[in-house]
Amino acid sequence: MKIAICVKQVPDSWAEKKMVGGRLDRESVDAVLNDLDEYAIEEALRIIEPLNEGKETPEHTITLISMGPDRTTEAIRKGLSMGADSGLLVSDAALAGSDAVATAKVLSKVIQDGGFDLVFCGTESTDARMSVIPAMLAESLGWAQLTFAGSVKVDASAKSVEIARMTESGVENMSANFPCVVSVIEKINEPRYPSFKGIMAAKKKQIDTKALADIGIAAGDVGLSGAWSEVLEANPRPAREKGVKLEDAGDGGTKLADYLLEKRLV
Amino acid sequence: MANVLFLIDHDGSKVAKTAGELATFAKRVGSPVGVIIANSGSGDALASQLGGTEVERVVVVENDDVAKHGIAAAVSVLAQVAAEQEPSAVLVASSARGKEIAGRLALRTGGGVITDAVDLKADLSTTQSVFGGSFTVNAKVKVGTPVITIRPSSNEAGAGSGPASVEKFAVTIEAKDKTVAITNSQPPVKGGRPDLTEAKIVISGGRGTNGNFVEVEAMADLLGAAVGASRAATDAGWYPHTHQVGQTGKTVSPQLYIACGISGAIQHRAGMQTSKTIVAINKDPEAPIFDLADFGVVGDLFAVLPQARETIKSKRA
Repeated sequence: MKIAICVKQVPDSWAEKKMVGGRLDRESVDAVLNDLDEYAIEEALRIIEPLNEGKETPEHTITLISMGPDRTTEAIRKGLSMGADSGLLVSDAALAGSDAVATAKVLSKVIQDGGFDLVFCGTESTDARMSVIPAMLAESLGWAQLTFAGSVKVDASAKSVEIARMTESGVENMSANFPCVVSVIEKINEPRYPSFKGIMAAKKKQIDTKALADIGIAAGDVGLSGAWSEVLEANPRPAREKGVKLEDAGDGGTKLADYLLEKRLV
Repeated sequence: MANVLFLIDHDGSKVAKTAGELATFAKRVGSPVGVIIANSGSGDALASQLGGTEVERVVVVENDDVAKHGIAAAVSVLAQVAAEQEPSAVLVASSARGKEIAGRLALRTGGGVITDAVDLKADLSTTQSVFGGSFTVNAKVKVGTPVITIRPSSNEAGAGSGPASVEKFAVTIEAKDKTVAITNSQPPVKGGRPDLTEAKIVISGGRGTNGNFVEVEAMADLLGAAVGASRAATDAGWYPHTHQVGQTGKTVSPQLYIACGISGAIQHRAGMQTSKTIVAINKDPEAPIFDLADFGVVGDLFAVLPQARETIKSKRA
């Protein structure tokens, strides 16, 4: 079983973000592995580890796939230190400014070429937050879509996957045969911290970097010029006006109630 | 005027409130045509609930494959309706499912996709709030038929005389869109409280509740509010994660947001800072939530909330 996990390097979700020319200024903030991707890595590891136990060469492998600038290898390295086997980064100046459609095209091309059985993803990246890439990968690959999984069961010999999809619409149990695209919600597990041994091992693991030409996608089909949607304008939200702050001297609740009633908020 | 398609969400028996909101947006950019995808025999009852909205026409597709096979099948239906109606845009309400349908439909029909718009202009440009509400972005699809998801409660649904007509449309769903088998489905467990993303008032609890949401819930019930929670509270298992407000949870933008015992780390702010009025109760006078608050009380939520509740009750009486 070959599992691909799509990962993204994102600005630290605890950091203030800036925009330049309608795009996020990625240089000005610390970049980290999208924390929602860690749940996908953890879940895939929990699936293959018992199957690989005691085997000299692991039969089941995990490849981390990403698209982004060269420094994305840092985020991939973090996933490798958790226990994934190898990495593949598509990096090309022409990719800058790519929209969701272009991202889906690039990722699905390398997934297709890699001969994978399953793709795992987090439900969204903490920067763009569109939450569409897993579904769009299923669409462009023509694979079964098993997304927003709160639990995943993989039967490697029957080549099938069962999930419980958990969203605001409720819980749905669903299943499909390989190949599938699975996305997992953050309550599915508790991702491990990379161990010292894992970090040392990750340094020796292979990360292949490919340019667009290497994967057979034309530069004009991606990036800003190839995007099917465009940002016309981006403005920082005006700062909120300074409000009232008072110490509770035994009548804080009453004052709060008076404020709400006076403003006709309740 | 060109047709504008919009997907009407429902739970099998009741049409979602977003239907009227989307109709009003659709009317701004063209001639609104709603699409209901339902099981055999249940379409008419759903369509009949659209009276009084600005929905002008409804296309009803009764097909049992969507409930059995999920999103790919729904995308197939919408693509076939779009091929017939040749819309200038397709609108879908933002939700996990809505956004997934939109993304796939965009790829299938060869158009761009925009998610989580809070406004839609006559020229089909959109407004979104990004990076946790710290930026407002205007965007536009430049290739193909735009597929746009719109956040619930972004507008007030206008009143109309619709729907003028209801038409049935038959589709065939190919095997490639039936690879997923849905074996069981359970609706969400609804308490008596409104949905987080649709509520006019949200009251949230964080670390300061110490796991005791009784006061937060009592206030919510008095005000008819939804209950939210910070990531700290859901991670601790104090409140279900479906109630999490923040960067990795729900984004809410109610008329009134009351943060109780929440410090206001950027993770949380990202999910609520576009709220119209923000009230904060926190013991720590240095808590960053006070930078956002229109009205802040430095104090113990277990003293402030019950007192506020009693005051509201007595003054209302």
